[in-house]
Amino acid sequence: MRKQLMKGNEAIVKSAILAGCRAFYGYPITPASEIAEAAAFYMQRAGGVFLQAESEVAAINMLYGAAGAGVRAMTASSGPGISLMQEGISYMAGAELPCVIADITRGGPGLGNIAAEQGDYHQVVKGGGHGNYRTLVLAPYSVQEMADLTAQAFELADRYRNPVFVLADGFIGQMMEPVAFPQTATAPVEPEWAVTGTAKTRTNLIGSLHLDIDEMEAHLRAMEAKYRHAEQYETRAEEWSADEAEIVLVGYGIVGRILKAVTAEARADGLNVGLLRPITLYPFPTMHFRRLAEHARLFIVVEMSNGQLLEDVRLALNGARPVEFLNRMGGNVPSHHEVLDFVREWARRTGVLRRELPAIAPEEERMANV
Amino acid sequence: MSSELTSDYTVVHTKSKAFYERYERKDDLQHQTHFCPGCGHGNIHKMLASAIEELGIKDRTILVGPVGCGVFTYYYFDVGNVSAAHGRAPAVATAMKRSSPEGIVISYQGDGDLSAIGTAEIVHAANRGERITVIFVNNAIYSMTGGQFAPTTLIGQKSTTTPGGRSAATEGYPLHVCEMLATLEAPVYIERVGLGDNKQITQAARAIRRAVENQVRGVGFSLVEVLSPCPTIWKMTPVEAQHWVRDVMEKTFPLGVFRDRTREAQPLPQQKPAPPLEEIPGILGVADADLPEGNAHAMEGSREVDLQVRIAGFGGQGVLLLGEVLAEAGLDAGLEVSWLPSYGPEMRSGTSNCHVRLSRQPIDSPLVAMPDVLVAMNEPSLRKFDASVRPGGWIIYNGEAFPREYERADVHVLARPFTRLADELGDPRASNMVMLGALLGIADVLPQASIDAALRRLVKNPRWVALDERALDRGRKIYKEAHEGVLP
Repeated sequence: MRKQLMKGNEAIVKSAILAGCRAFYGYPITPASEIAEAAAFYMQRAGGVFLQAESEVAAINMLYGAAGAGVRAMTASSGPGISLMQEGISYMAGAELPCVIADITRGGPGLGNIAAEQGDYHQVVKGGGHGNYRTLVLAPYSVQEMADLTAQAFELADRYRNPVFVLADGFIGQMMEPVAFPQTATAPVEPEWAVTGTAKTRTNLIGSLHLDIDEMEAHLRAMEAKYRHAEQYETRAEEWSADEAEIVLVGYGIVGRILKAVTAEARADGLNVGLLRPITLYPFPTMHFRRLAEHARLFIVVEMSNGQLLEDVRLALNGARPVEFLNRMGGNVPSHHEVLDFVREWARRTGVLRRELPAIAPEEERMANV
Repeated sequence: MSSELTSDYTVVHTKSKAFYERYERKDDLQHQTHFCPGCGHGNIHKMLASAIEELGIKDRTILVGPVGCGVFTYYYFDVGNVSAAHGRAPAVATAMKRSSPEGIVISYQGDGDLSAIGTAEIVHAANRGERITVIFVNNAIYSMTGGQFAPTTLIGQKSTTTPGGRSAATEGYPLHVCEMLATLEAPVYIERVGLGDNKQITQAARAIRRAVENQVRGVGFSLVEVLSPCPTIWKMTPVEAQHWVRDVMEKTFPLGVFRDRTREAQPLPQQKPAPPLEEIPGILGVADADLPEGNAHAMEGSREVDLQVRIAGFGGQGVLLLGEVLAEAGLDAGLEVSWLPSYGPEMRSGTSNCHVRLSRQPIDSPLVAMPDVLVAMNEPSLRKFDASVRPGGWIIYNGEAFPREYERADVHVLARPFTRLADELGDPRASNMVMLGALLGIADVLPQASIDAALRRLVKNPRWVALDERALDRGRKIYKEAHEGVLP
């Protein structure tokens, strides 16, 4: 596969179409608009449907319709638009409809600003709509992962019949990097539960209403079982020099990139630092944390939001190790010097000593499923 | 069908085949509906079911149900059923129709659903001329939730949330959906009918059938509003309620056809068939065969590369393109690259900047905090980024002279009036490429073939390619003249 230079927001669309997505409904918003623009250009050429909806509320309900018709469907937005979609996401989760939603986050709350931030963690990872449901969340940190994880998101959405998020930030969406795509396109099989206006699908019903309380609970139990299954089989994280690390840095998305630079520099400086980068934010890679906690003395969470990832890290560690926290907000990015100083300071306070460390080989990069 | 023989007439009970024989999705009383005695929904359901049966489209029908008393359409209709969120049925129907164009997609909505919470969805579905059918049941009240005020509640009409009666001063006037939608160009058929007496009922059945038939013919958006009695909430007997539709409601909501372009409307032309799967990578421009081989071979045996560049200037000076050509050339040469722009309003006015990294190793952070080279295309950019340049690094500055206040002893400076130099070459807008030429002189890591290839990929106009090539040469020469032998 040859690589080409491409924006993350464009890579998402191309990957989606290769993965069999044939419906895109969206509404413009910075910094996600290029996704709708690319979809407008490519979707019809690929024989699919593109429509700019009158609102994000309409867009997500169009996704409900497209998914109900058995089509792989996606939308993309940013914080304020995702807030508006939460109603429809809850309905889709309740009706067990698959879809992929890209959230290219910006600053908030309210109108906030359009700079890259990670303040949508709670509304995306915890599910901002009503009721007992979860959304699966994949967090790319490069343009290549924008492509790869989008394709993965469609697989997961179908496997679990549930909305799946690709949660990125303005940087990952806007930046260009070399990216390679699979050379074959996928043709998804029409699911048997779809309603497509045919004799075969006439008996099907798509909806989320269960008036009978026992029936409702049974439905919720079945959904719960799905989520437990996902927690067991779909968790993904990248560990980088983390196995024996005394200090484990934790961050996702663009922060994961910065933390790689910090990790390399700290290790060159003799500090035994490693990186744990969650790729699935739900299901959260709890087992990675538990395992690394056996050796690590300290975890440092770095995020571009107000301690949202931090909460999950604390839950995962359950008090096993101390957790320190560095964050920037409003569109400011923690610089790698800033993080490095923080790491050095906490290494000193924790009594982590400098020693000779082997250099990190690039191929040491490891993605593990737990 | 069953019949009862009485002394002087025969009552014939027929049940449309578009209904289930037995309502198994209902938990009890599976031979009757959940509707109250005298409710209009029962009649409207019958009319719709008859239309579906008569048109022979039971298998093709996709019925999108609302939230409200109509929520249980899937209990009764033996068709494909979809239950939508409150007010969103037209959006759901839009996508179902577009993805299953052979399906007959019918949105069934009440007045709370359609004319309050779903106003945006119905207006835009109608305005796009979605080829769907909408049955709009208007009983002037929220019935399912127990009788609250609706946009269609009559002036003076009492509800649990307008206990003194609707007042125009507080709640405004009843919303006329048909009249409103009839101001749009796209709808093909809009009619308001009533269930106020037998004559009205006959017309209602005709209108509903027509609205469905229009879709079978594929001609466009059709909506039928049905004024429908709600004896329970209105606190009337079924007969009183029926008369109220005819004698009172109709005065606010006059019956009639508000739009009828059924005859002249044309079905959409046949859609082009979807391309075969094997053509998709080509359509997306990601097929290996269509991508250049690159010039990585030209880099064999060359030294380590780790170049970090920040480029900044006014929007319109070609800041981002400069960075893109550099990154594209790096990729062509087989390097790892990243290009990260500032985005948003900054692009449209004021300053613009981008980060570019080229490396043999995977690039960790694409953010360039301490550039090896700063390309400052104007003075504000110099002011902003001057201090960030790595000691021993370079500043390429677009100006007659380097401003004294930014002078640093630990960096190299190449200050030239690049805009004027570009103007001498033929166009001041080529200043970005002159500066890129100078940058490529300083950081001499890329093969010429990669730079040529990148330029041709990103600049489509051949006249500009020629000019940009001259500009790159000029930039290299400027660097060479100024710093021959000075460099490490």
